[in-house]
Amino acid sequence: MNYVIIGNGTAAVGTIEGIRAVDREGPITVISEEPYHVYGRPLISYLLLGKTTEEKMLQYRPADFYEKNGVKTLLGRRALKVDPTAKAVHLEDGASVPYDRLCICTGSRPFVPPMEGLDAVEDKTSFMTLDDAKHLDAMLGEHNDKRVLIIGAGLIGLKCAEGIYQRVRELTVIDLAPRILPNVLTEAPASILQKHIESKGVRFLLGDSVQRFAPHTAHLQSGGAVDFDVLVVAVGVRPNTELAAGAGCEVERGILTDARSATTVPDIYAAGDCTVSHDIAADTDRILAILPNAYMQGETAGRCMAGDDAVFDKAIPMNASGFMGLHMITAGSYDGETYLEQDEAHYKLLVTRDNRLVGFIMIGDVDRAGIYTSLIRDRVPLDSIDFDLIREKPQLMAFSRAERAKKLGGIHG
Amino acid sequence: MKRIYVNEKWCLGCHLCEYYCAFANSGKSSMVKALKDHKIAPRIRIEERDGISFAVNCRHCTDPLCVKGCISGALTIVDGAVQIDSDKCVGCYTCILSCPYGALSTSNEGAIQKCELCMKNAFGQPLCVQGCPNKAIVYEER
Ligand SMILES: Cc1cc2nc3c(=O)[nH]c(=O)nc-3n(C[C@H](O)[C@H](O)[C@H](O)COP(=O)(O)OP(=O)(O)OC[C@H]3O[C@@H](n4cnc5c(N)ncnc54)[C@H](O)[C@@H]3O)c2cc1C
Ligand code: SF4
Ligand code: SF4
Repeated sequence: MNYVIIGNGTAAVGTIEGIRAVDREGPITVISEEPYHVYGRPLISYLLLGKTTEEKMLQYRPADFYEKNGVKTLLGRRALKVDPTAKAVHLEDGASVPYDRLCICTGSRPFVPPMEGLDAVEDKTSFMTLDDAKHLDAMLGEHNDKRVLIIGAGLIGLKCAEGIYQRVRELTVIDLAPRILPNVLTEAPASILQKHIESKGVRFLLGDSVQRFAPHTAHLQSGGAVDFDVLVVAVGVRPNTELAAGAGCEVERGILTDARSATTVPDIYAAGDCTVSHDIAADTDRILAILPNAYMQGETAGRCMAGDDAVFDKAIPMNASGFMGLHMITAGSYDGETYLEQDEAHYKLLVTRDNRLVGFIMIGDVDRAGIYTSLIRDRVPLDSIDFDLIREKPQLMAFSRAERAKKLGGIHG
Repeated sequence: MKRIYVNEKWCLGCHLCEYYCAFANSGKSSMVKALKDHKIAPRIRIEERDGISFAVNCRHCTDPLCVKGCISGALTIVDGAVQIDSDKCVGCYTCILSCPYGALSTSNEGAIQKCELCMKNAFGQPLCVQGCPNKAIVYEER
């Protein structure tokens, strides 16, 4: 079996490891536009922060990863078209790569809405790739003297803010939404986090947007203006679905796949940020652009491509992020009955629906949060555990003795 | 592979495993030097309530969610044991979000710490098991 993967991020790594768990022999070719050995994409903010180095980032998998796994890489090369009849991928440089089974792991790209005057802004970047981080690093320079404007108070915008806040003269984040992290947090925890980030010198302009740009000024919808030296556009991302669509795969906002990561076209699989997932916490289909999900989908795709019978049907939105020393962990959906615990330093919200835990938000103390995540992921009936204990804190004491004997006494996931 | 298994009904709740763990990973030559006047941060912890107690540490899952979700590649499987490279870890806590057992914890150095079955320290075998007076944790193949 001849395997081809387009993309070289986490979904591709999952695919490679999934294939190799089943088939040690079949040749694998990875085609990717980015010229680098695979790196952990979320690390780009930690690179600017000085918490990692480029060298360490590139060890998301060891230097001999491709060689050990029998993977041929075509890096710095862009795939233009997938021909499902001839079963070949055509590259921009004219080459073509035949496949028996293909996995599309093309991720997403920054969405830059049309904004008047944006073209006239010289020092600007998105925040998605190692090259973006290097570009931003160069624009900031060594003197901590730049005024930076970030458009977008979502995860990427705020991770960018964390990465650079100690290296700038002034940092402003603007978002049309009335609160920060609108996709991840509800109002109260968002305001706790906002206060914390503000205490580190970051200014937020919420419920506002840029009406037009002059080269170093953003004129706002509200009438005000912000002067800046460097602009970061982190409004959102859009899945790269064109190759799949061109091959005839069914595509909505993202590529549609089943629980085996197969697309609607035979022998073409897809995984990661470019696909639509089924979120079991909210029971809806949506794009879950998070790294663990990319790995699971990729691994499932790889196993199935190699003939195994794997499924991944436990996707939920979830996120762990620290911002300037304050940690937050969130998962699932916030639609249901809520249990809130809050004091000065900590915030904890549990959400239940139909005898299940469906979501939670923890800020500050996030100890053992994964026990909550597992209750959502495994859809554990709450009447089978001691819910009072689980409300108090994540603990295995809440499970029955028999269940605990399974968990700690020999059967492991 | 040999793993640490828990016999809940034998657990006395004495917390000795926690002390042995802290000592084993302290790099110090004696238990007194390692533990005296220190607030310990062991990688195994006792849960206890109403006369029930048991130890929890990493299960070294065959299908480890922490490894799959790690954003930096700091968590890997080495000869069946799940190990952490604290030098690569950026402290994002995605592994804390992922682990169904609550088996990872934050360490004083900003990175994450977890049980590595004493494979990387001077003891080579889980010291907590050797220190348990009642065989409430055992190190064996099951
Ligand atoms: C700043 C930032 C912080 C983040 N933080 C977190 C976090 O804390 N936790 C978390 O879970 N997630 C986080 N994410 C999201 C996470 O990075 C993604 O979910 C994950 O990287 C998706 O992996 P992927 O393999 O699907 O796609 P990608 O990693 O995007 O890989 C896609 C690859 O495909 C290549 N490609 C695309 N089109 C073509 C083509 N036509 N030809 C050839 N190659 C092509 C691209 O060059 C790219 O290398 C963060 C993202 C960003 C940007
Ligand atoms: S840390 Fe948790 S998820 Fe990872 S191997 Fe140990 S028990 Fe399994
Ligand atoms: S905290 Fe460290 S070990 Fe855990 S997922 Fe993040 S980088 Fe990996």
